[in-house]
Amino acid sequence: MQLTLWTYEGPPHIGAMRIATAMRGLHYVLHAPQGDTYADLLFTMIERRDQRPPVTYTTFQARDLGSDTAELFKSAARDAYDRFQPQAMLVGASCTAELIQDDPGGLAKALNLPIPVIPLELPAYQRKENWGASETFYQLVRALCTPHAPAPGTVRAPRERGKRPSCNLLGPTGLGFRHRDDIKEISGLIISMGIDINVVAPYGATPADVARLGEADFNVVLYPETASQAASWLQRTFAQPFTKIIPIGVGATREFIAEVAALAGVDAAPVLGDPRSRSTWYAKSVDSTYLTGKRVFVFGDATHAVAAARIAAKEMGFKVVGIGTYSREFARDIREAAKLYDVEPLISDDYLEVEARIAELQPELVLGTQMERHIAKRLGVPCAVISAPVHVQDFPARYAPQMGFEGANVIFDTWVHPLMMGLEEHLLGMFREDFEFHDDAGSSHLSHLGASKEKTETKPQQQSAVSATNTPNSPPIGVVDVVATVTATARSDNNLAGTPTAANGPWVAVWDADAEKELGKIPFFVRGKARRNTERFAQERAVAPITVETLYDAKAHFGR
Amino acid sequence: MSAVLESGCADTKVIPILKERGQREVFCGLTGIIWLHRKIQDAFFLVVGSRTCAHLIQSAAGVMIFAEPRFATAIIDERDLAGLADANDELDHVVRRLLERRPDIKLLFLVGSCPSEVIKLDLSRAAQRLSSQFNPGVRVLNYSGSGIETTFTQGEDACLASLVPTLPAAQVEAAPSLMIVGTLADVVEDQWTRLFTEMGIHNVSYFPPRRSTELPSIGANTRYLLAQPFLADTARVLEERGAQRLPAPFPLGVEGTTAWLKAAADMFGVSAEKFDAVTMPKRERAMRALQHQRPQLEGKRIFFFPDSQLEIPIARFLSRELGMQLTEVGTPFLHKQHLAEEMAMMPAGIQISEGQHVENQIDRCRAVKPDLVVCGLGLANPLEAEGMTTKWAIELVFTPIQGYDQAADLAELFARPLNRRMRLVA
Repeated sequence: MQLTLWTYEGPPHIGAMRIATAMRGLHYVLHAPQGDTYADLLFTMIERRDQRPPVTYTTFQARDLGSDTAELFKSAARDAYDRFQPQAMLVGASCTAELIQDDPGGLAKALNLPIPVIPLELPAYQRKENWGASETFYQLVRALCTPHAPAPGTVRAPRERGKRPSCNLLGPTGLGFRHRDDIKEISGLIISMGIDINVVAPYGATPADVARLGEADFNVVLYPETASQAASWLQRTFAQPFTKIIPIGVGATREFIAEVAALAGVDAAPVLGDPRSRSTWYAKSVDSTYLTGKRVFVFGDATHAVAAARIAAKEMGFKVVGIGTYSREFARDIREAAKLYDVEPLISDDYLEVEARIAELQPELVLGTQMERHIAKRLGVPCAVISAPVHVQDFPARYAPQMGFEGANVIFDTWVHPLMMGLEEHLLGMFREDFEFHDDAGSSHLSHLGASKEKTETKPQQQSAVSATNTPNSPPIGVVDVVATVTATARSDNNLAGTPTAANGPWVAVWDADAEKELGKIPFFVRGKARRNTERFAQERAVAPITVETLYDAKAHFGR
Repeated sequence: MSAVLESGCADTKVIPILKERGQREVFCGLTGIIWLHRKIQDAFFLVVGSRTCAHLIQSAAGVMIFAEPRFATAIIDERDLAGLADANDELDHVVRRLLERRPDIKLLFLVGSCPSEVIKLDLSRAAQRLSSQFNPGVRVLNYSGSGIETTFTQGEDACLASLVPTLPAAQVEAAPSLMIVGTLADVVEDQWTRLFTEMGIHNVSYFPPRRSTELPSIGANTRYLLAQPFLADTARVLEERGAQRLPAPFPLGVEGTTAWLKAAADMFGVSAEKFDAVTMPKRERAMRALQHQRPQLEGKRIFFFPDSQLEIPIARFLSRELGMQLTEVGTPFLHKQHLAEEMAMMPAGIQISEGQHVENQIDRCRAVKPDLVVCGLGLANPLEAEGMTTKWAIELVFTPIQGYDQAADLAELFARPLNRRMRLVA
């Protein structure tokens, strides 16, 4: 049993719904208790879909458990076929129905429906949403494409002379992070290379389209979380190679173009320099100097997190101080990326663990999911969202891809927006005591920070009171809090603590009043770092108390 | 998936009740945690269930409103199912961890779910065991919010019913007291407390209370008024403890609120003059406020999909006080006894449906072409896309709508989508 407050991923049948809802002409009959229909609102509210997901639920209740839930499933499947006339049907069980073991696959088979019926085995007590999406897409592709598969071992015939190369785009689903716009961006790019798009799946495809996947020369995997399993099967079965590079960021987009060009046998050069690409120049322009070395923490699904870290380090000039994912299936990708940035990878779907890591690292920008947005808001750190799980805000009315050159433009804007602009940051640094630029004023476009300052930097006496009563109902305290509390405690226990040595327990920082005051003159968004560095410096040298001179000694030592 | 026609008898008119079975597009009882945890501020709700349960609550709550909420899910995994781990030990461990983290919690509900019911995890024994372990600091209770047993607001019913046995017993010779039953916004409770005080009824309590340490006492001299129409089990256990229900319509709209207050006033011997003197200014003010909404709503045809069991009292209010025309009024469950007064006030010529076959009901809704459709969030945008105007039903349980000063707010919830449709010309 795992204690869970918030989840990054739903159960695996939600993943199956993301496939079914993305497609047309497909229906999913789900053996599920009353209440599981809540999942419809994810699509109709978050994604603002104008149609109900193509899902029929049996919605059994306690009284049905005593009678015949299997019959209920059969009649639901039969009615769904009659009413919706789908080209193909997915059948499966949600977590509760899995326990009653009615075998939806066998029951549906017994109905002898005149369409392909694909049974899904999605173990709800082991697996999660992305795995469910991947497995569903794979089972669907396998079931619909197998009738068209060449005999095993058949060598793929070379493309006819004069025929344009073609590919499929695999992976975009319902409730995907900007999938709608990524499809448009990457389709446009590929078509401009003289390559045809055979099928985009599952997004917008019918089962008949999926059955034609084998006709393309190669596959473009946009989202490995949902498509790599199906793409591997297509490679084995149809000898279709697939792309490995995810075109998020300018560098990755260029590499992706080269990879696609090689697979298609076309020239990459004409599309490598897209006149719409501005992010590279924007990052070089002098006003972006203030972005240099900003400490960022990256968290999301593995694909988006790895891509974001690369952009952060190579295209924005940030410093990646942490990277993580909630997706255990893709932990290896994150571990490899973490090595590049010499940071500790965080593989966890425990929201509290992610929060603790962010608090500990004190980044200046968080690139995460909607969960991290909430964490960052609480800690008073700017944040941009880079990955699912999605929120209604992740479906903007405007065109806002993440992939390709336009995607890189969108990312540049999205990440820079929450940060303090360069000049503003300098002015804040110079005029700490200015009556309009004081700490609590925050910046003009981050007005909520003013309020959160109150919470995170109250007077030491109040801090002690809070920590003494240890009110757990109050929001978990911010980093600055922790330090301030430690300081306050140390001060009040000065006689006992004396000069800290290794012998009398954990080292406690002691600041003298002038040093504390000087620290207050440092802009709040770097103050946490200054405090931490100074205390580390003092600890390493057993300096107590910390004076103004210690502060500047530490500053000189660490530099910036 | 059958449909049965039955009739609800109300004096001379006969209102047909269509009973349907099929896909039910409703929430399960776990959803009630979203408002219950805000009401009882030292309570924590621990769902013992699956990832689906956790995902449901998070999705229904509008995703992450509260940074560290007072609800969570102990997610059952395959080790628990395979018997590799003793589910009871695991649960004890989770609870211990939780209570260490949240020492402010005084009342912990273990909330049963579909999977915990199906694997027959005995949460009542677990609650007893944990209660004795954490006594006296924390009381541990259990109820089921599972979809196989509860529909949406029935989760609150199950929660309150589990709390009733813990109410302290009133003295045998205690003066008669009034208990208002059902979760209400604090503002509504405060308004009513003022009204009761003005009428001279002082011994009034609210259940559930705002803190678990303030449980009202109960006994043979307790009279209770239901503030919500979905509290069948709670009412039954209250009566087992000697309390008597004051039959009344529900306090929605001016008329409903007046009749509801009058039931208490009559019981406590408040004279008609006194009652009118206290309530008349409020009634007049509420009616003035309603007049602002009436032009938007009068004559408009409304269709209800089943959701919270509030449908019938709300339909009665919209019909009688705002002149709306009822087409079909769907409700997940119709408690004939508790709704007797409401049914007597319903106009003739409407269709009431109980239970649901969502596909058939959507077909009927399309055929009726109502001006306004009240439905769940899964249906609203698709119906809007078909050209219908909809009102989210869930807002009706998340908004203070009871009592005089909220009557116009309730009407406005229905007027707003119509108003909006008129404004949006593009």
